[in-house]
Amino acid sequence: MPLKDPATAAFLAWLIPGLGHLYQGRRAKGLLFMVCILGTFLYGMFLGEGRVVYAAWQGEDKRWPYLCQVGVGLPALPALVQASRVRNKKPPLFNTFILTPPKFDANPRFKDDEDEDIDQLNKRLHRYFELGTLYTMIAGLLNVLAIYDAWLGPAYLLQQRKKEEEERESERPPPEPASAASPAAIK
Amino acid sequence: MLFGAINEFWYAVPLVISISLVYSATRFERMDMILSHALRVGGWIVGCMFVVFAVLFVISSRL
Repeated sequence: MPLKDPATAAFLAWLIPGLGHLYQGRRAKGLLFMVCILGTFLYGMFLGEGRVVYAAWQGEDKRWPYLCQVGVGLPALPALVQASRVRNKKPPLFNTFILTPPKFDANPRFKDDEDEDIDQLNKRLHRYFELGTLYTMIAGLLNVLAIYDAWLGPAYLLQQRKKEEEERESERPPPEPASAASPAAIK
Repeated sequence: MLFGAINEFWYAVPLVISISLVYSATRFERMDMILSHALRVGGWIVGCMFVVFAVLFVISSRL
């Protein structure tokens, strides 16, 4: 199966789910990955009102789920920009708190900071904060499978190659045994 | 209590569908094989979830 340049395909598959497969001409699978993975991610964002994907490493708010969410690629990368802006005491891009880390305590991070802190956010969203986090994490982890598929092809091909190698090994004639006595010893 | 818990399980449905389809798509190339394998995987996931739910429900009702 022609996989074109596997490294480029894998990078594109990470950047936008399914794009690597579209680059390889595997359109049906590319669309399937795009719809399933992006759909799962966007539904998670909807459940969490856009506040479940953010990059933070402050006090007790160490956002480990972001390590999984970043597997989705481009849709999760603006969280790094938002986190950087807030850390440098600037308001987030487009004056929206989507993909922005919540306040850690009551102190404002920049001028006219009206954001909620993490406790208020959890209280308002209830279980939807956790559900949104779960959906977006799973989308990121599923994209890791899609990246693998773009890089190496479908898993059945590996099994097929293994089978073919075993058949070739079994068809090879066995080596002839070396003769016990040399011609000089017989004389 | 049981019906309140069942309401929560609807949130698992899109996840099960998504995981089954993506996992099956990494194993096969043909769409018919992907879909049939996804149905099997989805069935396994739902079956395991049901068994675990039943066990936990029985344990919690006896506490």
